Amino acid sequence: MKSRFTLLSLLGGDGGLGKVHELIREIRVGRVMTTNMYTVAPDDLMSELKELMREHHISGVPVVEEGTLAGIVSIEDLIHSLEEGKLDSPVRDFMTSGELIVARANEPVMEAVRRFEVTKIGRMPVLDTQDNLVGIITRGDIIEALLAALQEVYSEAERIHDHPDYFFEALESDSTSLVLRYNVKHRDFARGGDASAKIKQALLRIGASPVLARRVAIATYEAEINLIIHTDNGGTITADIKPYEISVLAEDRGPGIPDVELARQPGYSTATPEIREMGFGAGMGLVNIDRCTDDMSIWSALGIGTRLQMIFRVSPEETKRNGTG
Amino acid sequence: MNLKEIINVVDGELLVDAPVSIDIQNACCSDLMSDVLMFVKPNMLLITGLTNPQSVRTADMAEAPIIVFVRGKYPAPETLALADDLGIAVVLSAYTMFETAGLLYEAGLRGLGKLPIVRQR
Repeated sequence: MKSRFTLLSLLGGDGGLGKVHELIREIRVGRVMTTNMYTVAPDDLMSELKELMREHHISGVPVVEEGTLAGIVSIEDLIHSLEEGKLDSPVRDFMTSGELIVARANEPVMEAVRRFEVTKIGRMPVLDTQDNLVGIITRGDIIEALLAALQEVYSEAERIHDHPDYFFEALESDSTSLVLRYNVKHRDFARGGDASAKIKQALLRIGASPVLARRVAIATYEAEINLIIHTDNGGTITADIKPYEISVLAEDRGPGIPDVELARQPGYSTATPEIREMGFGAGMGLVNIDRCTDDMSIWSALGIGTRLQMIFRVSPEETKRNGTG
Repeated sequence: MNLKEIINVVDGELLVDAPVSIDIQNACCSDLMSDVLMFVKPNMLLITGLTNPQSVRTADMAEAPIIVFVRGKYPAPETLALADDLGIAVVLSAYTMFETAGLLYEAGLRGLGKLPIVRQR
């Protein structure tokens, strides 16, 4: 679960902020608080408190009376007692009691952060739903947890960078794939190639070989240009990336190809002179796609649309292939 | 051949600068982007008269680090902006495509040699 969040946030490209968001919004105070804490009783003396604070380098201690939280006593309270020369007085005389500002073990850390900000206090006792004292939380605890989370995100990113397979291995299912979808608009030459470029980037990012990324990009680019040139209303490109195989599907809703076999012949094109002027319509698109893919299939029906599926196998010999050359 | 040498050979103007550390050995000359995608190898020089953004897209897909636009045809701003985004250097040559290619060939760049014959309709 944890690694899935991290992987998704890495995919989102927010460089780990997702993890921090997750921590602040979803993680509960109970996971961040210190449970191993010291407490004092109201009748303990301020001098005893002083020793406790000095010995354990702590600056605030919950005061517990018969199992329930009675107050909190801090280093400022200790200073007051010193100023007044009342180290022999009980903690009860100097502690903060009554309407105490507390945190709940089951509330999000975000809530605690807000309360620290508003109240400017240094620490809060943490209570469970039955009002039992279960821990104490400081700004330091939260910062430490955030730093630990960041550290985890970055070492995760490094692991993925060094061992791309880890990306898929971290996810458990019978068949895991990464699916990227793009809408391609009819006649949108300015953005033509955007989807292909993004798929290529994604492939390189998750560790595909440059040769594989390149032949996927070139075939997808040809398909993307076909959607821009030949369709009535554009279409979609869906890349389904598995560790052993990449499938790219280009789909549109018309007009459809009258004769698919003819369209696959080198040099055959129905492109207008205007499109040829733009550098396309040489009739080599499908030929080139065929060359770059391990398997391709076209289904088309007039008035319904066209589905072009391109399969690329991820083989260990990938780098030996010179098909894109 | 590096970027500076290419500019010198064609007496060209550098329109988009990019850090190209590769020693370019081969070039490809075409106005048909499908042909470029079909034949170009990584790290080739792309020489074309097609100045729309698709020439830059094609160079990106084909991993051509430098484009030389020919016959003094100054590309549209969006073409240059895309090249800048993608880190592809752009040179403008006032010579025709034939002469630009000839000068670069003379200076040592090579093409792909003979290719297999493809029957077309």
